[in-house]
Amino acid sequence: MDLGKDLVAASSTPLVLAILAEGESYGYAIIKRVRDLSDGHLLWTDGMLYPVLHRLERNGLVAAKWGSSSSGRRRKYYRLTKAGRAELETERKRWQMVDETLHRIWMKTCLA
Amino acid sequence: MSARSDHMLDEQIAQWRAYLRRRRAIDAPDVEELETHLRDQVSALTQAGLAEDEAFLVAVKRMGSLDALSREFAREHSERLWKQLVIAADDDAAPKTVSRTETLVVFALAVAAAIAIKIPALFGLEVGDKNDEAFYARNASFFVLPFLTGYFAWKRQIDPRHRAWLAVPFIAAAVAVNAFPFTRGSHTEALSALHLPIALWLVVGLAYLGGHWLEGGGRMDFVRFSGELFIYYVLIALGGVVLTAFTMMMFKAIGMTPDWIAQDWMIPCGAMGAVLVGSWLVEAKQSVIENMAPVLTRLFTPLFTILLLVFLATMAWTGRPIDIKREVLIAFDLLLAMVVGLVLYSASARDPEAQPNLFDRLQLLLIASALVVDAVALAAIASRISEFGFTPNRVAVLGENLILLVNLTWSAWLYAGFLRGRTPFRALEAWQTAYLPVYSIWAALVVVLFPPLFAYA
Repeated sequence: MDLGKDLVAASSTPLVLAILAEGESYGYAIIKRVRDLSDGHLLWTDGMLYPVLHRLERNGLVAAKWGSSSSGRRRKYYRLTKAGRAELETERKRWQMVDETLHRIWMKTCLA
Repeated sequence: MSARSDHMLDEQIAQWRAYLRRRRAIDAPDVEELETHLRDQVSALTQAGLAEDEAFLVAVKRMGSLDALSREFAREHSERLWKQLVIAADDDAAPKTVSRTETLVVFALAVAAAIAIKIPALFGLEVGDKNDEAFYARNASFFVLPFLTGYFAWKRQIDPRHRAWLAVPFIAAAVAVNAFPFTRGSHTEALSALHLPIALWLVVGLAYLGGHWLEGGGRMDFVRFSGELFIYYVLIALGGVVLTAFTMMMFKAIGMTPDWIAQDWMIPCGAMGAVLVGSWLVEAKQSVIENMAPVLTRLFTPLFTILLLVFLATMAWTGRPIDIKREVLIAFDLLLAMVVGLVLYSASARDPEAQPNLFDRLQLLLIASALVVDAVALAAIASRISEFGFTPNRVAVLGENLILLVNLTWSAWLYAGFLRGRTPFRALEAWQTAYLPVYSIWAALVVVLFPPLFAYA
């Protein structure tokens, strides 16, 4: 299913934050996790994740450091900061609110 | 996975990386991060059973189009679109433009130039002193241009035997201007002081080109360098003015008079050192930042053309003759020099292979109107020159007018040929660069021949 650009952009922040809340990770693994979680429905253009990660880093929500991968290449690892954890909580509340609102109106139309 | 296919993949990835590298918004660490991602993706896909080249194609496709990607990076890293000179990027892909040794050499030379201008003070000659003004005016070039020449001789690794030849003009000129028995405040002395830097600039150019003046192409680079240096120098000087003003203001606030620091040290030493620092900046940034001189040329060519046309129209309409005063001919000389500069710098930035466009027509119009204006001025002056006789000033100014006139006339001819598709643009460029030594040689003649010719008056 095509989510549309705006929805992809809007959902990227909470998704990335939530995945990083599970533990330190890197770009490729994050994309893979998103794909698995959405049963392959949520397909991001891989490259687009990195500007998002860099923005979160600039805003202090995630911290990055260079490490090395199993194959010996340099790899940038990201982890959630304290501010990121707080932001994740706010994001969760926002999405729950949107979800509940939509849920209510759709329930009504179903019953009608 | 065979070694051969591994090599193929590396090559494909290298190519992809090179495309990525060209995007300004994506810097080297970003490229590395994306490449690791791409390689992860490729190995995951090959493990799932895809052939390596198929896996590469899929991985690149999933990465997204380069345009979209670089747009996203640009949105996040807008500062990268401003090319930075001072903040040297930690960048292995592009060769480092400035080495540490060079920084040290330039700094040492700038300090040496700053010290050089203070050496005469040891012998009682003060920069600010009215009596010593003439000495400093005559010798100003020697405090800085030898160091600049030395910098290029070092940077271009000129053969030590040839370096000695570069010193000859400096020594000869220094002997000449200081040995001539000039009358105090004479015109020939002022002319010498004015023309010496122009003459010696050719020597700097020779060093800039690594001693190969005659080998084509480089001369236009020297023109570009000169224009950029001028702009950098003006910018540095503006900064210097602010610094000096603050020095004065702050020390005055605590009841001291720091005038001597500014007059005897900051301004002269700064003025000398700034030439070297400016040159070094131009050298360092030539590939980093857009050249400013051609931009200014583009801006002012139409304005100057309008000025000249309006001036001609006004003169024709009102019938006012040119009022012959001493400064008039100098003013028209400067006008011609300005037009030559505009032609030269627009040629320096033009793609020689491009077809004639509107701007080229404008250039021709500019040259033609400048020629007409100058012809009017010359006619007015010629009628009176026999009355006044030949003074050194008048001969120098007339000579310069003639030199610029010849340059512009032939440029106009070449431009007209170019617009009609008869001559290539290269011909105009070649004419302009071939003409460069003429200015310096004439200046050298004024410095060396005029004083004895006019009895040092």
